[in-house]
Amino acid sequence: MTDTAAISPHEAAHDHGPQGFASKYLFSTDHKVIAMQYLFTGMLMALVGGFFAYVFRMQLAYPGEPVPGFGVVSAGEYNALVTQHGTIMIFWVAMPVLIAAFGNFLIPLMIGCDDMVFPRINRLSFQIFFASAVVLMASWFVPGGAFGGAWTAYPPLSSAAEYSLTPLGSILWVLAVALEFVAFLLGGINFITTTMNSRAPGMKARDIPMIVWMIVIASIMFMLSVGPLVAGAFMLLFDQVVQSGFYDPRVGGDPLLWQHLFWFFGHPEVYVVLLPAMGVVAEVITTFSRKKLFAYDTVLYTAVATGVLSFFVWAHHQFVAGIDPRAANIFTVTTVLISIPIAELVFVFIATLFKGSISFTVPMLWGLAFIAEFLFGGVTGIFLGSSGSDIYLHDTYFVLSHFHYTFFPISIIAVFAGVTYWFPKMFGRHLSEGLGKVHFWLTIISFNVVFVPLMLLGLAGQHRRIFNYNQFDELMAPGMQTLRVVATIATIVMLLAQIIFLYNFFASIRKGRKAEMNPFKANTLEWTVPSPPPHGNFAELPTVYRGPYEFSSPGREEDYWVQSDPDS
Amino acid sequence: MDFPEAISTYAADVDGLIILIAVLVGFWFFLAEGVFFLLLFKYRASANPRAGYYIGKEKEVKKWIQTSHILVLLCDVFIIVGAIRVWYDIKQDLPAADRTIRVVSQQWSWTFVHPGADGKLDTADDVTITDNLFVEEGVTYHFELTSKDVVHCFSVPAFRLKQDAVPGRTIKGWFKVLDGFAGKQYDIQCAEMCGIGHGVMSGKLKVHSKEQHAAWLAENGK
Repeated sequence: MTDTAAISPHEAAHDHGPQGFASKYLFSTDHKVIAMQYLFTGMLMALVGGFFAYVFRMQLAYPGEPVPGFGVVSAGEYNALVTQHGTIMIFWVAMPVLIAAFGNFLIPLMIGCDDMVFPRINRLSFQIFFASAVVLMASWFVPGGAFGGAWTAYPPLSSAAEYSLTPLGSILWVLAVALEFVAFLLGGINFITTTMNSRAPGMKARDIPMIVWMIVIASIMFMLSVGPLVAGAFMLLFDQVVQSGFYDPRVGGDPLLWQHLFWFFGHPEVYVVLLPAMGVVAEVITTFSRKKLFAYDTVLYTAVATGVLSFFVWAHHQFVAGIDPRAANIFTVTTVLISIPIAELVFVFIATLFKGSISFTVPMLWGLAFIAEFLFGGVTGIFLGSSGSDIYLHDTYFVLSHFHYTFFPISIIAVFAGVTYWFPKMFGRHLSEGLGKVHFWLTIISFNVVFVPLMLLGLAGQHRRIFNYNQFDELMAPGMQTLRVVATIATIVMLLAQIIFLYNFFASIRKGRKAEMNPFKANTLEWTVPSPPPHGNFAELPTVYRGPYEFSSPGREEDYWVQSDPDS
Repeated sequence: MDFPEAISTYAADVDGLIILIAVLVGFWFFLAEGVFFLLLFKYRASANPRAGYYIGKEKEVKKWIQTSHILVLLCDVFIIVGAIRVWYDIKQDLPAADRTIRVVSQQWSWTFVHPGADGKLDTADDVTITDNLFVEEGVTYHFELTSKDVVHCFSVPAFRLKQDAVPGRTIKGWFKVLDGFAGKQYDIQCAEMCGIGHGVMSGKLKVHSKEQHAAWLAENGK
């Protein structure tokens, strides 16, 4: 890379000329194609993760009965299903879609350049990511089956085959996760460097669309937090393969070391995916309320503050894990205080709607649903960040429900907001609004019908990752089984509703109404190129004259003002 | 759906804290959602075809956010103080023990070592039982929690108590059962994923009155 970097990496990497099928779609260095590779891989993995959820929810509703499409679920398979569901949804759905797909597609288009600064590193990033997905899925087919020690993989369970009984599955799980981290480090380097160096002339820091800022801040946070966990993952791998004993107390290791390394990454990771989701929502709600983003600077500084603070809250996952109880007091303070910047962001989004002219298009519905649902995820987090109540709620379905009220808005709702908003730009055609609305309402209603009952079960003391509650008298009250069945039926409805989306998505790619250059009358630069944008993006690289959210500017007849419009 | 029965001295404090938080965050949740839906209705495109223009420094809008900001901070202070008080009582400040028991976790069962009539552990009359913990009401117990293999979690919902068992460490904690629950039985859970048998790793807590416990010890102690 150093040789070509010296002479302009860009021209050396590709000349934007016509390409064959393989070089265009499989080994492309074009940021838009790589974005689609990430998007489609993420969608495929979401289907796998969703199927796993269906299987284990069926087991919980009808314990011991064969699940259609899977068969009888054994205790070991149940553990593997919940573990792989969590791992897949976070590392192979939320990360690739929110950061890699949106980051790759949007950053060059929104900052007005022709591609990422390191296109071949970008291609390598996807290839490693794809390999990591293959490794993860392969773990189902090795002797002993896939790893089932929860997505947090606490040792010694994860480090010793005699405890996990998945000798190969555990190894493949760690390898897959480590590879995935490498892929996102490479991607992150590109996002940060491209945004720093390749912005269109005139695009100052405050003219950068919020989604780009959010992806850059998230990438920086990811790079700062993942290092210790990559080291931790290799120590785990050594423990598994050569019995090195980093986490084995019998030879002087410490199981809690992994927990610290994992959560030092794991908590910032929440904000690594939250910030890009909030960026998507910022773009969508400004466009469809025709309003300038309220207090751009505040949003930016608050996002940075959240990022910094998120490095000091990790041990709230470990209040009852055997850490010094005095430490819990410090982490309670930092954790509860993170509600301040997050509340601020939500308030600012709500203020953006004030005096808007709101049209309830499908992307807008998803954007608004993010705010309404994430708010519930946020407030339920306070119960867990506060050490005293966490003693009871830790490791119950309350945690599970809270977690899904944050991650579902992030990795599903905001992703739908983004995909439906940029679909015309990505594929040059419109989705069906009617089907989109049916899909939206079915998904949102069934989501709440899944997770409100599960939250109630958690308050009643139901603990997590149990394949059959018949050993626990207190959890076998008749009302509780009813709630489990309700949540399972709603899960099935939610999954079936996705067929509507998939049909809409693929039918519209082929036969949807053609989209013009700027169908939603938005301001950012991606709307100044044809839909879909050609290889190389801009016929002539743009110059930027103003910020991204100049909607309904006083004194102008039109209610939008494209960033590269020289007219003043 | 309801909380499980609250049988330890500190269970009511945990429930009280949860209710305090529910009231404070519930207020903000419903307020924010209320304002949100009100704005969506009031400023729908058909009612308001041309949007306003605010950069975010206008006092008349900003004051609402700043006031809310300060009030949220105030609520946070209440929550933090409440949380730390409850935490301190349960996890940090162990009252003097009347008796100490030993809780040993392993894949996938609990072993409970009860002191005999002499009230001391590691004597000949200790009663060691798998999966059943017998406690006397009104007595302050310390427990010494260990694990023989992987991380487990000693969880008694009726106590509102949870503590991970970590191999290589002995972790201490305490509980005291309120009077009036003698003769009843409660669940003990393992609340940390511990392998294939995690789902069947259950125990039972059986509460004795003073007399019942003495009789039980006489029968089971050597």
